[in-house]
Amino acid sequence: MFVMVVGGGKVGYYLTKELSESGHEVVLMEKDRTRADRIADEIGSIVVAKDGCEGSALAEAGANRADVIAAVTGDDEDNLVICQMAKHHFAVPKTIARVNNPKNELLFKHLGVDEIISPTRMILGSIEQDIPVHELLHLAALTGEFELIEAHLDDDSPAVGRNAREIGLPDGCAIVAIVRDDAAQAIRPDTILQAGDKVIATGRPECEPVLHEALIGRVVT
Amino acid sequence: MRSVIIGCGRVGATMAAALEAAGHDVTIVDLVTRAFDRLPAAFSGDAVRGDGTDEDTLRRAGVEGADLFLALTEGDNRNIMAAQLALEALRVGRVYAKVNDPVRADAYAELGIGTICRTTMMSEAILAALGEPVGGEPAIHEPRPHDHEHGAEAVAATVTGSAPAAGAAWAGGPAAARAGGLSAAPAAPSAPSREA
Repeated sequence: MFVMVVGGGKVGYYLTKELSESGHEVVLMEKDRTRADRIADEIGSIVVAKDGCEGSALAEAGANRADVIAAVTGDDEDNLVICQMAKHHFAVPKTIARVNNPKNELLFKHLGVDEIISPTRMILGSIEQDIPVHELLHLAALTGEFELIEAHLDDDSPAVGRNAREIGLPDGCAIVAIVRDDAAQAIRPDTILQAGDKVIATGRPECEPVLHEALIGRVVT
Repeated sequence: MRSVIIGCGRVGATMAAALEAAGHDVTIVDLVTRAFDRLPAAFSGDAVRGDGTDEDTLRRAGVEGADLFLALTEGDNRNIMAAQLALEALRVGRVYAKVNDPVRADAYAELGIGTICRTTMMSEAILAALGEPVGGEPAIHEPRPHDHEHGAEAVAATVTGSAPAAGAAWAGGPAAARAGGLSAAPAAPSAPSREA
């Protein structure tokens, strides 16, 4: 397989090294000449000191016959352009982009990048496995020992399908508003809570277990 | 007409003032607050500090559903990405990116966003001033009609079509109703052949 790696940072460097050790044909493109030379000194003359976003540079490095291109620079916009140039200008069968902002994953996919690797998302996923996802979120401490909290309702929430009165919160705490489809609305007596709603409630700190049980469903120990 | 500009450099600030004078409702975005010093004191549009390639920033700046989007930062790739975000995710009517590398400018014109190439523009102007012949790719590529419902694939189908077909799509597409483009050049694509 002929693989082109663009971006000679840590990821690009180790990727190139591993690929070349496992017998693939690899070219690394790194636009910073000093950096490119330093890597070339170590791993041989498979480094092209050119900008992988430039069509002419990609052509020179052999994009026409590349099987895979991996854009692993630290800049999402550069990785996008590298993959798009490779795909649309050189018909590279497989384009891989590293993205830092996880929100770019969808956009890149939509714009035709074949594979998207998001280290941020991976680390996030790993952290989220270790913490309870559905917690009460403390928004603010109000005067008079009241605090403002937010709860995200999912399908399992006992509050879904009920209105504020049916939930039956004790004195000292109340639901004040919900955020639904990114729009905040005041709570009315007939507002039925739905999965996906963010519920804004207020109460004394000692009411928190009750609010948790009513909105999220299980008391955290 | 609601217009959003990314990059408050010389070009961005000048355009913001010019579009406002022309009656547009202008929002300008830059990473650096001090960049807004370039705006004239009388500028009454919105100035939003943030990264123009970040979808959240663009939403905050009210890009969604805007009529015109100009990506005018110093980075070609940043402009290209911001423009594609505006087109694909935020359904802006007309999108232009300043792309100073002529090769990339031509390539992205094929992918549907409008591109403005200052390099080509300057060299053509100088050649013309010297009385030398001017030719080659145009400095401004108009955006292709974009199908917001079906996104990139529909556009790709338009773009990969033969030159007359793509031209016809422009003439007959929803964009035909829009007022004339930024340049006097014909809107029909020059359809440079792909290498693959």
